[in-house]
Amino acid sequence: MYVTDKILPELPAPSNSKGVVHWLKSNLFSSPVNIVFTFLGLLLLYKTLPPIIQWAFIDATWVADTREECLGEGKGACWAYIGNRFGQVMYGFYPPAEYWRPNIAGILLIALTIPLFIEKMPRKVWLGAFILLVFPFIAYYLIHGGFLGLSEVGTDKWGGLMLTLIISLVGIAAALPLGIILALGRRSEMPIIKSVCVIFIEFWRGVPLISVLFMASVMLPLFLPEGSSFDKLARAMIGIILFQAAYVAEVVRGGLQAIPKGQYEAAVAMGLSYWKSMTLIILPQALKLVIPGLVNTFIALFKDTTLVLIIGLFDLLAIIENVLGSDSSWLGFFTEGLVFAAFVFWIFCFAMSRYSMALERKLDTGHRN
Amino acid sequence: MSEANTQAQHDYAIRMINLNKWYGDFHVLKDINLDVTQGERIVICGPSGSGKSTVIRCINHLEEHQKGQIIVNGEEITGDVKQLERLRTDVGMCFQHFNLFPHLSILDNLTLAPIWVRKIPKAEAEATAMKYLERVKIPDQASKYPGQLSGGQQQRVAIARSLCMNPKIMLFDEPTSALDPEMISEVLDVMIELANEGGMTMLCVTHEMGFAKQVADRVIFMDAGQIIEENTPNEFFNNPQSERTQLFLSQIIAH
Repeated sequence: MYVTDKILPELPAPSNSKGVVHWLKSNLFSSPVNIVFTFLGLLLLYKTLPPIIQWAFIDATWVADTREECLGEGKGACWAYIGNRFGQVMYGFYPPAEYWRPNIAGILLIALTIPLFIEKMPRKVWLGAFILLVFPFIAYYLIHGGFLGLSEVGTDKWGGLMLTLIISLVGIAAALPLGIILALGRRSEMPIIKSVCVIFIEFWRGVPLISVLFMASVMLPLFLPEGSSFDKLARAMIGIILFQAAYVAEVVRGGLQAIPKGQYEAAVAMGLSYWKSMTLIILPQALKLVIPGLVNTFIALFKDTTLVLIIGLFDLLAIIENVLGSDSSWLGFFTEGLVFAAFVFWIFCFAMSRYSMALERKLDTGHRN
Repeated sequence: MSEANTQAQHDYAIRMINLNKWYGDFHVLKDINLDVTQGERIVICGPSGSGKSTVIRCINHLEEHQKGQIIVNGEEITGDVKQLERLRTDVGMCFQHFNLFPHLSILDNLTLAPIWVRKIPKAEAEATAMKYLERVKIPDQASKYPGQLSGGQQQRVAIARSLCMNPKIMLFDEPTSALDPEMISEVLDVMIELANEGGMTMLCVTHEMGFAKQVADRVIFMDAGQIIEENTPNEFFNNPQSERTQLFLSQIIAH
């Protein structure tokens, strides 16, 4: 028999489980194979990193007025080339005198969005609704113009990073709600709604985005009545939205399926209607679960905007590849252009990824049911 | 005549008349006839798969019945969505697995339905919620999330959540079956207190025979989708009539 009347005190964890040396030992030098890989890795970095840094930073030409200044012995990357064409990279063929208009639209969007991230901000829902429902019209007026004193700048002049951002933001903002409705519809018990949603999702998921864009820009006008014109960017945007909504729908459906049936039962048992149960109980939980999948879809959407090149719209990559690349006064700096485009895309995608991780942490309320 | 009829209808909180239900080809409920008067406290027991949970889930139409009638507070359940939403506000339910909303704080769990269904102002709903949290003895947990509470605490929150809607009828679907042994009594205590207050009609599916003896007006024993026996607790436990009931009771007591 054993009985104790002594309650043992809580002690701190032993110190050998913390610290830099411990980390190095357990992660880089834990076994002979790991030691070999660690040194191989260091060797690889030593061989590749210095030349890249040399080319991209130390030997790079940051400011230059002509192509010749970038050429010569020991010259690295020619960033001056991007700098000199910065307007086009950002705005495409948008008239430089009107750059202030998209700038104001962008600043306005940022200014409106910041309060959404402030914890204790009241009336967030109204602000969100304003951004989604009213701001697009303000932005359209500013960027497109053509009435109330602003000169018209047609969508064929839009381009560069501005176009990339417009397509992505509109695409995300429209595809998410549409995708949620499709996901709910696909789980509906009403056969007609369910079949419509299934057919819609399976159709759009089954065709490549390139063919969607082609159909939107080449095929669709053939079916429209003679003489009726429909903006090419709008057509491409609708195609992208419908295409991405199908993907969003399947991601959201995965989340809906992961919510225990008891949650829905508890909600309706208290007299909540279907829509209230969904918006107050089921969707907040389901969407939280699928943040990684949704962000995945949005990052893919962001990068897929580069495909609009094939229907003659010039997004960031298209401007760099086709417009700047064929500029005879700056010939030969294709690599710099592509590196720059890749860097810009990476920044945005990485930001989305980090934001989603922060969001997941913030919404974590401990164990699920 | 018609007035007397209405009067009689109103004395009943729930009436089930020849209730039948099938899951596919499986006949889960067979000719259930049960009248529950206002304020009556009923315990339903029986082996697993006997249909006891299904019966009470039919009352708030979480399960659809295919034949027969259910009349709740004088109104026959038709499956009409608007009618259901109205009826359900008067019928509270506690589940085996609590089914609290994990993304909402305890207080928000309690105020959600009063605010969105009953349209009660937020401050008032919160005051009511705190009152009921005090009754289930956990007002200090109001700002926590369900995931941070023990099972017993979660079930007490679930009871308080139902009470916030001020229901006429409370349904308990095996409220203690998912709990660790040492937490069962804290939930039963709350339920006993509630039952002793009177006024509220309670139907409780449970295996807690002590609870049945203490508070039930009637005990109903079900097996294979049928009501086998119904009686006062005293008669039910001391003088069970059917062989099936005797076997069931002997198996429970053997533990």
